[in-house]
Amino acid sequence: MATITIDGNQYDVDDTENLLAVALSKGYDLPYFCWHPELHSVGACRQCAVKQYRNDEDEKGMIVMACMTPCSDGGRFEIADKEAAEMRSQVIEWLMINHPHDCPVCEEGGECHLQDMTLMTGHTQRRYRGPKRTHRNQDLGPFISHEMNRCIACYRCVRFYRDYADGDDLRALGSHNNVYFGRDSDGALDNEFSGNLVEVCPTGVFTDKTLGAHYNRKWDMQNAPGICTHCSLGCNTSPGSRQGMLKRIQNRFHGEINHYFLCDRGRFGAGFVNRDDRPRQPLVRNADGILEPRAMDVMRDTMESVFAEAKGVVGVGSPRASLEDNYALRHLVGAKQFSNGMSAPDAAASRAALAVLENHSGQLATLREIEECDAVLILGEDVTQTAPRVALSLRQSARNKHHEMAAANKIPKWHARAVRDIGQTHNSPIFSATTHATRLDDIVVEPYRARPNAIAALGFAVANALDATAPAAVEPLDQDAQAFVDAIAATLKGAKKPLIIAGTSLGDPSILAAAGNAMRALRTANSEARLFVTFNEANSLGLAMMEDRDVDTAFAAIEDGTADTLVVMQNCLYERAPKARVDAAIKKAKNVIVMDHSLTRTVGEAATHVLPAGSFAEADGTLINNEGRAQRFFQVFIPDAPMQEGWRWAQDLAEVAGHKPDWIGMDDLIAAIVADMPQFAGIQDAAPSQSFRKFGMRFPRSPHRYSGRTALYANVDVRERRPEVDPDSALSYSMEGYQGVATPPALMSYAWAPGWDSNQAAITRFQDEVGGHLKGGDPGVRILRVAAGHSAFADATIHPVAGWQAVPIHAIFGSESQSARSAAIVERMPAAEYRVNPAAAKSLKLTAGDTLELAIDGETHAFPIAIDPSLPDQTVGVPVGMHGVCGLRLPVEIKP
Amino acid sequence: MKNAAQNAISATSGVLRTLGMTFMHSFRKRDTIMYPEEQPYLPPRYRGRIVLTRDPDGAERCVACNLCSVACPVDCISVVKTEDETGRWYPESFRINFSRCIYCGFCEEACPTYAIQLTPDFEMGEFDRQQMVYEKSDLLISGVGKRPGYNFYRVAGMAVGGKDKGAAENEAEPIDIKTLLP
Repeated sequence: MATITIDGNQYDVDDTENLLAVALSKGYDLPYFCWHPELHSVGACRQCAVKQYRNDEDEKGMIVMACMTPCSDGGRFEIADKEAAEMRSQVIEWLMINHPHDCPVCEEGGECHLQDMTLMTGHTQRRYRGPKRTHRNQDLGPFISHEMNRCIACYRCVRFYRDYADGDDLRALGSHNNVYFGRDSDGALDNEFSGNLVEVCPTGVFTDKTLGAHYNRKWDMQNAPGICTHCSLGCNTSPGSRQGMLKRIQNRFHGEINHYFLCDRGRFGAGFVNRDDRPRQPLVRNADGILEPRAMDVMRDTMESVFAEAKGVVGVGSPRASLEDNYALRHLVGAKQFSNGMSAPDAAASRAALAVLENHSGQLATLREIEECDAVLILGEDVTQTAPRVALSLRQSARNKHHEMAAANKIPKWHARAVRDIGQTHNSPIFSATTHATRLDDIVVEPYRARPNAIAALGFAVANALDATAPAAVEPLDQDAQAFVDAIAATLKGAKKPLIIAGTSLGDPSILAAAGNAMRALRTANSEARLFVTFNEANSLGLAMMEDRDVDTAFAAIEDGTADTLVVMQNCLYERAPKARVDAAIKKAKNVIVMDHSLTRTVGEAATHVLPAGSFAEADGTLINNEGRAQRFFQVFIPDAPMQEGWRWAQDLAEVAGHKPDWIGMDDLIAAIVADMPQFAGIQDAAPSQSFRKFGMRFPRSPHRYSGRTALYANVDVRERRPEVDPDSALSYSMEGYQGVATPPALMSYAWAPGWDSNQAAITRFQDEVGGHLKGGDPGVRILRVAAGHSAFADATIHPVAGWQAVPIHAIFGSESQSARSAAIVERMPAAEYRVNPAAAKSLKLTAGDTLELAIDGETHAFPIAIDPSLPDQTVGVPVGMHGVCGLRLPVEIKP
Repeated sequence: MKNAAQNAISATSGVLRTLGMTFMHSFRKRDTIMYPEEQPYLPPRYRGRIVLTRDPDGAERCVACNLCSVACPVDCISVVKTEDETGRWYPESFRINFSRCIYCGFCEEACPTYAIQLTPDFEMGEFDRQQMVYEKSDLLISGVGKRPGYNFYRVAGMAVGGKDKGAAENEAEPIDIKTLLP
């Protein structure tokens, strides 16, 4: 602690912080460019100049850069000092010398940090009349637009891309006045976190290309607090829309999860909401197999007769739909006839993961906490592809060694360049056992490659090495592997905060059992041990907690004739079981009613009745993320079509089936869930209820300068429409309502504060301290309860496969079915190919590029092969979720 | 008595004088004009009907930046941005609901390209309020309006059709990032 004086006011502050961070935390308007709460200080832009006085007698003082000044005890600073203010306005004038006259045609305009800072310093008139430097732009792929003229050379982009995200293909090129930030040639940015450049860049050099195609200013957006639905981490997003079109996804700060950054799948994967081929009205398949539109009331009558004639109804839920949608369907068909819609291996792995989470003896790490862990063991999960944001956190955890070395040399943690220089390539250890080479291998100590069962065996061996009472796999490991295991065990034991990561993406429950055992063993050796488990989809954990059976039970009910009607909630059956089985079940079923938001294969080929359900942008709901945090997402806009939330459709169907539940809004529904399934107690606190008000006001979805209200729809009718009323939440569909720092974080649709328009800077005003947590607490509630009295180790059972085995290869762009429908993501999808190692290719008598026809799980797919030396012998890597490969139950034995 | 007589004279003369002045007005030049047969003179900066102008090259001046829309106190302007194949921004649609417009001229002040201008035309009465909604085709004129010389894209840094990087006013040639020379 230190006591400092800023502009005559005394503060007790953290002396390990720099003055800029403290001044911003205390609410001062101090301009800055190169500093960022996560990238820390380099003192490059000279914008945060303040006056520092030696002591109380000092009257002259000296100008220092706030970001490079430690808050030492007794410090006396003046931000308002005339000289310092003059210096700041001169610095920005230099920075603006070459800045083009572009704001009206710049996508950053209106949420531009440079605009904010120019106004804040008072530099409002250009004096320089000489020629301006210009640059040619590059094509940086489908996500990011490039306009180099606007650059002020703050170096934030390369500091994020290279120093934070460990990317390699964006760099500072040229020298002195010619410095250029780009790639060596045109091409898509390779890093999975490139989208953050849009928000990290303080001006309009890097802008969102998907937004640019249908552009709107920030003040014209109708936003809502969103939760990313493209993996299980539950990153907080702020989707923006206008006139019923989803425009973009922006980061929404959450102090425990994603804080300032999202992955590219999350940021650019929402394009599926705007697709023309979405079902936007009730559809019925006619005799010719064509889906025909029906009016809502006609459809209701049709459904009445369908339910009257049905001889048994089974419901198929979905791990990508909200808890509310799943519960409403479960309520409609009855718990016994409800399946959670997960494929059998996914359901088994998710159940195993839930068991590990519930019976863990250590602490569950949050995504943010991963960054503080100084030794990590990853079992089986290729996190960059399955839960991408974890990879970014892991990259920070690798740098804990740098901070440790810096601390030993009395270098403060915010001194970014010095910390980096002292750390060099000395990373904190990360051990990773995966089936093939991953994008994290550059920070991994000796990557371990093995088949899923061998990865589980490794995990059991680590548990055994940590605690001799933990069972090891039956077959002993070879000498090298045992030495590796001992090294892992010793490192984890000796670390300050060790972490074990496992997941369900390999579909092998024994890996999770192994991770659970390792955690239990580590916990006795190291009380600071943490566990982090990833799941396959946004609500996989929620569905696992519902304790219902997997999708096979629904097929079985159709096959044995106990039911003849399938009701599917936001799920594609072809993604959950092999095609032959789905086809057979659909042929046998009399009616297949599908409530979904996208034209999935199930909707297009199988459904007899389609009810258009809202996507995350057109519905509210609760999702349980991988750490058991219940988070609410809110409807962004009201679609201009007869669509409604999945749970409202299920409620309507229950009405025609004769048992209408009396839910009026979300509050009733959530109360019903908690009453029915006590394991979800707490989800009602994930966000304030629909009746919550501040000073009698709702909370706006749009900024106060939302424009064009009396003209937007004037071409249809000159009389203004009544503002829409939201029956399900405390948000309003307009700019009216309470705007201010007392907005509950779960209801913050966007970040804006007077003088601070850019997303990443404005959020400072809503944080307890810069980069910390949101005032009022980060949204969401962790509802997992640790079971008492479960202290036994799991059996070390593995199921080795002797012959050839197909293992899943996940891809960040393509393997997740919703984002795979977005145009920008499609452009980045990897090619369809089987991956084998050179020895396997040789034994198959194939070379790279040759086509391999392979029967997997009863389905035959032919793809060219690619040689990947990192794969184990007799193992074929199969791309999942893309190119027609879905629903395969991997890993599985094959006979090529 | 004397005072009463003086009062009566001054009061009477005042009335007569007023009557006289009023009578003399019938020989003065008339201020009332015979509108609409006769049109009044309105200065060029009079704030009447809003138009969208073109730059001296004949292209649309509006770049769909939405500043007029956000400046509008009655929110009666709606602009949707699009761009052509060369990257030039222009409005896909530009709508003004004149039944809401208060002719304050804030839009004109906010416009960074001199595209939106108020004109001295005020004769916009309609029997049907719906007719007061003007689309881009109703607003766009073929001239430069009150600002003859200005062309935004000649000053802006962005490359658009017919103007490459470095070709705008006060711009240097694009830098060669491969050179190591100082």
